[in-house]
Amino acid sequence: MITDTSTQQPEITKSEPAKTPSNNTAKDFRHYLVKFQSLIALFLLCAVIGLLSDNFFTVANGWNVMRQISVNICISVGMTLVILTGGIDLSVGSVLAFSGAVTAGLLSAGIELPAFDLFIGFTLLGGIIVGMATGSILGAFNGWTITRFRVPPFVATLAMLTIARGLTMLWTNGFPISGLGEGFVTIGTGWFLGIPVPVWISAVVVVSFMMITTKTKLGRYIYAIGGNENAARLSGINIKKVKIIVYSLAGGLAAVGGLIVTARLNSAQPNAGFSYELDAIAAVVIGGTSLSGGRGTILGTVLGAIIIGVLNNGLVLLDVSPFWQQVVKGIVILLAVIIDKSSSKNQ
Amino acid sequence: MLKVENITKQFSGIVVLDKISIELQAGKVNAIIGENGAGKSTLMRILSGVYTDYEGQIFFQNEPVRFSSTKDAQSKGIAIIHQELNLIPYLSITENIFLGRELTNRWGGLQAKEMRSRTQELLNRLKLYVSPDTQVYKLKVGQQQVVEIAKALLFESEVIIMDEPTSAISDHEVEVLFDIINDLKKANKAIVYISHKLDELFEIADRYIVLRDGKHIESGDMPDIDHDRLIQKMVGRNIQVAKKEAGPGNEEKLLSVHDLCLKHPTKKNELFLKNISFSLGKGEILGVFGLMGAGRTELLETLFGLNAKSCTGSIEVNHQVVILTSPDDAIKAGLALVPEDRKNDGLILGLDVRTNISLTCLKNMERAGLLQEGLETSLAQKYIKELNIKTSSDKQLAKNLSGGNQQKIVLSKWLATKPSILLLDEPTRGIDINAKNEIYKLILQLASAGMGILMVSSELPEIMAVSDRILVMAEGRLTAELANHELSEDKILKAAIPKTI
Repeated sequence: MITDTSTQQPEITKSEPAKTPSNNTAKDFRHYLVKFQSLIALFLLCAVIGLLSDNFFTVANGWNVMRQISVNICISVGMTLVILTGGIDLSVGSVLAFSGAVTAGLLSAGIELPAFDLFIGFTLLGGIIVGMATGSILGAFNGWTITRFRVPPFVATLAMLTIARGLTMLWTNGFPISGLGEGFVTIGTGWFLGIPVPVWISAVVVVSFMMITTKTKLGRYIYAIGGNENAARLSGINIKKVKIIVYSLAGGLAAVGGLIVTARLNSAQPNAGFSYELDAIAAVVIGGTSLSGGRGTILGTVLGAIIIGVLNNGLVLLDVSPFWQQVVKGIVILLAVIIDKSSSKNQ
Repeated sequence: MLKVENITKQFSGIVVLDKISIELQAGKVNAIIGENGAGKSTLMRILSGVYTDYEGQIFFQNEPVRFSSTKDAQSKGIAIIHQELNLIPYLSITENIFLGRELTNRWGGLQAKEMRSRTQELLNRLKLYVSPDTQVYKLKVGQQQVVEIAKALLFESEVIIMDEPTSAISDHEVEVLFDIINDLKKANKAIVYISHKLDELFEIADRYIVLRDGKHIESGDMPDIDHDRLIQKMVGRNIQVAKKEAGPGNEEKLLSVHDLCLKHPTKKNELFLKNISFSLGKGEILGVFGLMGAGRTELLETLFGLNAKSCTGSIEVNHQVVILTSPDDAIKAGLALVPEDRKNDGLILGLDVRTNISLTCLKNMERAGLLQEGLETSLAQKYIKELNIKTSSDKQLAKNLSGGNQQKIVLSKWLATKPSILLLDEPTRGIDINAKNEIYKLILQLASAGMGILMVSSELPEIMAVSDRILVMAEGRLTAELANHELSEDKILKAAIPKTI
């Protein structure tokens, strides 16, 4: 712990001393140090992989990594919001698959309503909007069961994990939906101003949610609820509303991920997004967000997602067997949390 | 049997027990009497090994002892039965009684038969005729208490401390309990009995020990003292806070409550708050006094829209009937609640001072949908200055401040909503005397500026000094309404002590 004794200490009543005689500079410094933790880890990781593999530090590989992590970043940002409120969302992988499949189905075949002798075709934008709405609605449903019936988030979203996967199978009949058109594929594989489109999308997501968490009432309420739900309720915050919004956002962001995945493959796979929730949770946790809620940042999560992405990419480049890759990833998650715990204990 | 000499205990600088010396006798029921905050619980926690950090000495059977943990105290023969029972609902009576000290055979397997039969013996001795295999949650509260006593007997405890044992049980169960206590007396155990119900003490206790403000006032034999003198011993002290001058005539009513009832959270068909009616005038400070469990906190919470579904009655704010279904409604109606437990309900300890203060009025901190740090800072700075909050900066985390300063943050966040009615629940609990005085001053200032203040407190001198009028509650009912000029500690306490045994 760093304490700067030269600066002024807070005045406190003699009989009741404050617990930590800390001050702004020391606090900020520690704050940065905690942030740097993940950054330092990332640099070390890059250095090691770069030394071992010639292909790592190439432009092509750089964009490749960025494109790969863009999906996880979208999901992880939503997951961060949920975890900040003290919840968890296990359904994001399935929600991603279903929303992607919905968009793909609408784009490739539209909807036929034989009873009304009606066929509805979808424009690119229409398909995307309906897909994202699907994700948000499933998310809202999570939020509703959690707040209305007090189902623990773990259970509610576990149920949704199965439900959404089942819906995906029903919608696709278990077969991939392909042939989605040039325009749509651009979302996954295109470039804009020299940067891949998925990277643009995740950047927009990250920046807007950094704004939301730090600069809006909603963001403040999310931290307040995670920090102390009782106090938040007594402060007049509508807990139910905030939670439903948060789970809807998580669903909507999963749908964004679904669009990218589907577009990249030019096909919606029924088993898309399988176990993506685990990578998202890992990114959030590595990024220093507390699983009990109230503490964490979007930026931390982004770093977490990058660390996982670089690790995945590096292990592939180094020709590590996929079985070992999983072991290594697990160990990294454990290490990240252990380091974070011990450094926050010192605060 | 158990002697305590010169015990002193401080919590972050505040003396809660001041050189207490008492003796608890074997074969007797020793009643410990005192108001809320007199130090009873702290003393019991020291005797039962919960607090291990204190000055002074304890002698048990003439040997000096110092318990290192509750387990240590138990194994030496001191058992405590808490007001909230420590049983595991879905385990059987046997499993609960032997929890942590299971009998095992040489391979580590449980000796179920042996434990069951020993439990059966204990239950017979205590005249609780249920199967030892019964899961505890199926028992009534009184029966659960008997299980706790059985646990104490299994430990061969010589001293059994009972903290408010009758607060949650029926009259019949009280009789059963008293029979058991009498049997334990015959077995030469020392019983320590804590209760607010004085009538009950006259029935069961042999000796009394009065504590007040962390000091030992007097001990003696129960037959040598009467009801009124006991109350006098409990309260007799000088009031330090300057008395408030009688307020204005309160012609303008801010808040009127008619026939407010609240359903009991656990007991069906019973009311927790019973037909409460009162009014609060502009600039008035209305004190609400009651012993623990009288329903004071529940009254404030109900007024603040927290029990919307289980309450009936009407609430008028500024002569308009309001229906408050959430704290948000209450805030909009001009109410603010400073809760009793600032750490769990008042503050978000992991966030900074500024964020805590602005939380109730973020609407006013926005420009074009974005929060303005500058507005928040100036709001926080304003209250840090006005309320003299001692913090290194408005970005200091709330958890790093002292209790008094934390309480000032809670006050700030509510004053920031510009309420017309302020509900205060134990606003000075656990804070030092300087901060207390500052808060009293603030309350008086706010009232003279026209705010209506409803203040719950269990500290008599405080409530008598600050209030214009006092409502006394007992068992969910208003039992007295006393105006400033007719206040006396006797009157208040008499109305506050429950009449039913």
